[in-house]
Amino acid sequence: MEVPILKQGAVLIATFQAALSDADLNQLRMGLVQQVVKFRSRAVIVDVTAMDVMDSFASRTLREIAHMIKLRGAETVIVGIQPEVAFAMVQLGLTLEGVATALDLEEGLAYLNEKFKTTN
Amino acid sequence: MSVGEIRVAINSDQDIVSARQKGRAMAMELGFSSGDATLIATAISELARNIVSYARKGQIMLKGVQGSSRVGILVIASDEGPGILDIRQALRDGFSTSGSLGLGLPGVRRLMDEFEITSQPKLGTTVAVKKWRQ
Repeated sequence: MEVPILKQGAVLIATFQAALSDADLNQLRMGLVQQVVKFRSRAVIVDVTAMDVMDSFASRTLREIAHMIKLRGAETVIVGIQPEVAFAMVQLGLTLEGVATALDLEEGLAYLNEKFKTTN
Repeated sequence: MSVGEIRVAINSDQDIVSARQKGRAMAMELGFSSGDATLIATAISELARNIVSYARKGQIMLKGVQGSSRVGILVIASDEGPGILDIRQALRDGFSTSGSLGLGLPGVRRLMDEFEITSQPKLGTTVAVKKWRQ
């Protein structure tokens, strides 16, 4: 299952589906980094609203995506982690340290707008 | 209450997704809250992932169980992989031999109510976990 990546100005938006396999996640990681380079994007929003489970592999991949994007000089914001998914992540001991998160897509865009404004 | 028994063969990362989806569906059928179903699905995902990373193939068995006054779900992950040499060490946070996060087993133990592991070097590993409906 492929993850659609939407380009909105300087921001790329990737929307996760519920049933992503490890191979899908790896493919997304490559795809996102390549597109950030191609479009000279300044930020990536990863929308995980539909994700039913965030296990150790998924959260590690998200952290890796954020770090790779950062090395390109762009920002990553993870949006839409569901309350029960957050609860399970904490129980499992998973963290997204150093990665920006926001409630939903709208909040994520607002966060980035604010951030770009202050750096310009 | 009985919702039977489901066995999911674990041979690839695609099967991890299918095992946790079946686990969530069974948990909901047994009357677990959606929050608890998420915890169960997450635990199944980690157990199935251990099978793929360490043993390459194995099986996840899901079953509704009836306690004296409560209903629960039993998940048994079994493989015939290399086994775990030091179980105590594998149950410590931060320990991993495959370069992963090493949070798998202790994390699964926290997600579920009961946890049992048996492993024999070269013969394989079986992890049985249960969660009771609140």
